[in-house]
Amino acid sequence: MGRAGTIARRTFLVGSVAILGGVAFGYYQYKRPAKNPLLDDLSEGEAALTPYVLINADGITLITPRADMGQGVYSVQAALIAEELDVALDQIRVDPGPPSKAYYNTALANDAVPFPSTDQSAAANAMRGTVDAVMKFMGMQLTGGSTTVPDGYEKLRVAGAVARETLKAAAAAQTGMTVSQLTTEGGAVVLPDGKRLPYEALAATAAQIDPVTDVTLRPSTQWRLIGKPMRRVDMVAKSTGTQSYGIDMRMDGMVHAAIRLNPRKGGDVVSHDAATAESMRGVQKIIPVTGGVGVIADNTWRAFQAADAIEIDWGPAPYPAEQAEHWQALSDTLDAGEQDAQPRDDGDVDSVTMTVEAEYRAPYLAHAPLEPLNATVLVGDNRIDVWTGNQIPRMTQASVADMTGVPVENVHVHILMMGGSFGHRLEDEVVKRCTELAMALPGTPVKLTYKREEDTAQDYTRPIAMMRGRGAVADGKVLAMDIRVACPSILDSQMGERQGMSLPGPDSTITQALWDQPYAIPHYRVTGYRAPKLGPVSSWRSVGASQNGFFHENFLNALIHEAGADPVEERLRLMTDAPSRKLLEAVAEMSNWGGTLGADAARGVAFSLSFGTPVAEVIEITNTEAGIKLDKVWVAAEVGRVVDPVNFENLVQGGVIWALGHAINSQITYADGRAEQENFFDFEGLRNYQTPEIVVRGLENRDRVTGIGEPPVPPAAPALAEAIFQATGERPTEMPFANSFTFV
Amino acid sequence: MQITVNGAAHDVDVEEDMPLLWVLRDEIGLDGPKYGCGVAACGACTVHINGVAVRSCQTPVSDVDGPVTTIEGLGNPDQMHAVQAAWLEHQVAQCGYCQGGQMMQAAELLSHTPDPSDTDIDEAMSGNLCRCGTYPRIRAAVKTAAKTLQGS
Repeated sequence: MGRAGTIARRTFLVGSVAILGGVAFGYYQYKRPAKNPLLDDLSEGEAALTPYVLINADGITLITPRADMGQGVYSVQAALIAEELDVALDQIRVDPGPPSKAYYNTALANDAVPFPSTDQSAAANAMRGTVDAVMKFMGMQLTGGSTTVPDGYEKLRVAGAVARETLKAAAAAQTGMTVSQLTTEGGAVVLPDGKRLPYEALAATAAQIDPVTDVTLRPSTQWRLIGKPMRRVDMVAKSTGTQSYGIDMRMDGMVHAAIRLNPRKGGDVVSHDAATAESMRGVQKIIPVTGGVGVIADNTWRAFQAADAIEIDWGPAPYPAEQAEHWQALSDTLDAGEQDAQPRDDGDVDSVTMTVEAEYRAPYLAHAPLEPLNATVLVGDNRIDVWTGNQIPRMTQASVADMTGVPVENVHVHILMMGGSFGHRLEDEVVKRCTELAMALPGTPVKLTYKREEDTAQDYTRPIAMMRGRGAVADGKVLAMDIRVACPSILDSQMGERQGMSLPGPDSTITQALWDQPYAIPHYRVTGYRAPKLGPVSSWRSVGASQNGFFHENFLNALIHEAGADPVEERLRLMTDAPSRKLLEAVAEMSNWGGTLGADAARGVAFSLSFGTPVAEVIEITNTEAGIKLDKVWVAAEVGRVVDPVNFENLVQGGVIWALGHAINSQITYADGRAEQENFFDFEGLRNYQTPEIVVRGLENRDRVTGIGEPPVPPAAPALAEAIFQATGERPTEMPFANSFTFV
Repeated sequence: MQITVNGAAHDVDVEEDMPLLWVLRDEIGLDGPKYGCGVAACGACTVHINGVAVRSCQTPVSDVDGPVTTIEGLGNPDQMHAVQAAWLEHQVAQCGYCQGGQMMQAAELLSHTPDPSDTDIDEAMSGNLCRCGTYPRIRAAVKTAAKTLQGS
């Protein structure tokens, strides 16, 4: 359970001291800062110095509003605050905090403007500032888009510095000394004689004075934490099986729920017969919900068994029933030629005689985090509490208020640790369905757990996508590249249909990481086409870049091969971004590119810039008699500043494994309106035995700081595709590759 | 019926075919074993029965014929098993949801194969799915734990 929430109910009294501050400092010139949400619950003697630092007699709690689904952001956020606050990571607790506008995500604006991330011109940044104001208005407390570190890199350190200087001012007031005589270390203000005043003892005084907002951030040469290996704050619990997740929620009087929803996602229930289920042991209630039927029981397994025993006649799918129709819709969209956006048009593509053509496909993919979807909801007297792991607490709060009529301020969303997400928990249907169940049982906490099969069947997948490319080469160089991609709109489905937002204009995810690659190809055009609504789709780790990285780089590799050039050398020649060029040089050096390979070994290279982070990868395989074997991957990534090198390496390796597992093995296909895949035996990603050695290097060749959760994903599939082409002479044109090639 | 878990006897009044996983989680209150797939395809629910790693989601409680050990019984934050200490040293986890099962599988491997080769590790650990992709660290941690156990 969120600690701030617990504290609020248990120990906070009304009549608190209000201190404004925090997130606003140095950020908004045009509006008042958002209200500090911790102030509502403060008691005498407690100080919430900024929305990110809460100090009371029990200790120091750092509020880490970006949700942790495994990427270690509780730790990273805590480290950024602690760097300036002068506390050790084992001296603090972390808490995701309540949903609040104060925690809006600034960095999301970076990918929502029509400038490539490498463009840091005044015009581009002015546009980002405008979009930022919109984001603030909408209160997008959203975890996604690899934005946690770029969003928090400055403001969390400012929060720590404000808190530190205010505590020093409080110590000065208590002791009669001047601030300049005081230092801070290890969670205490240190007096000239070495006496230590713990922050906890200064909280009451700090609450009485104006926060010190005139702070200067420390230079990197003075950092104790940032850039050095850290132990993540969740690592002891996760190494001993003691970490609690949403699915482990347990409350007095809680009942267990299971659900069956129309596997033709979004379809209706025509009729159901629950007679058998009702008579099963432990079953307390059968409750119809939107698009399905729920079961309340005294044990999760009994609820699962009873749910399976309900006979349900499902209505038709609100989208084409068969997979072939979905592909046909993309092909038709490209044939019709009505563009959604053409964000790049360099040179004069139409003047070039094209000599290379290709059509590539990327399948639907489920997110399938290992912890199935779950939520616990308690409906009280004009109050609702929700405990769940998700990435969109503010939207969930609004959704629950909207569907129940309970005022939004009386809907309390407590964010719990997530057993993976990969974008799955950017959706909150599980909370809505659990709320429907809990509304039928006021006063009783209801925990809804999806069966794995239900989680797979109800997954709002990555979109399918189809690319048609044309290109030309001359004099051993790439001369022209014209890419057209068709894809259903994620924004229409995710933010439009399910969150009720109206988002006019093109869907930037359709051409994401296609149009803004830092290559100076003389004739270079990218056009996106919005396919009609098909299966419901959502954001999947690296979003549009997950398929577009494959499309762009596989086709570029095809053109480079046609030109007879070396794929590293030709990219270096075309590359316009200096830090990106260094990445290619790095992976070439790391892999000894051009060196002698073993018998039947082959290599491929690819590069992709997504979420502001460029990544280059080289993959080596061996074409054995039994099939293709993955041997080794070299990765270089540029994030400006590697905050924690251990977690960085883990996330990069995980991103590569994620990408390869799905590129090789996984797809969701529809038949009779239902996903044909059910569980991990037919949708498994990568397993240990297929995993190559992965060597990672983080470069720091620019000031701007960007994220690493998603950017390692896009280059992996095209690098592998090139290696397969080098090994077999046949270039993969569609994922998953296992449909066309044998792997060991 | 009665089962012994982490050294403690528990009387449980459940159907014979209830999987051990749900007896552990919902009846006894041990959350270390995780539900991931329900069909023995992911390994998140792995526990030991008589020291042998089994998938508790596919083990009817009536088939439990010896003492059960869960990740909570392998060791704890104050007294870690060598495998847990290795997992911490290598900072294996990302989301961590599969890691209890991974560690139970690794502990069983090392109990009968004290110096596992890469092939031994691949064969023993490939039934345990990690969607975050921590396999490189799992391999390294298994080797570290093996060294610790051999030295002790």
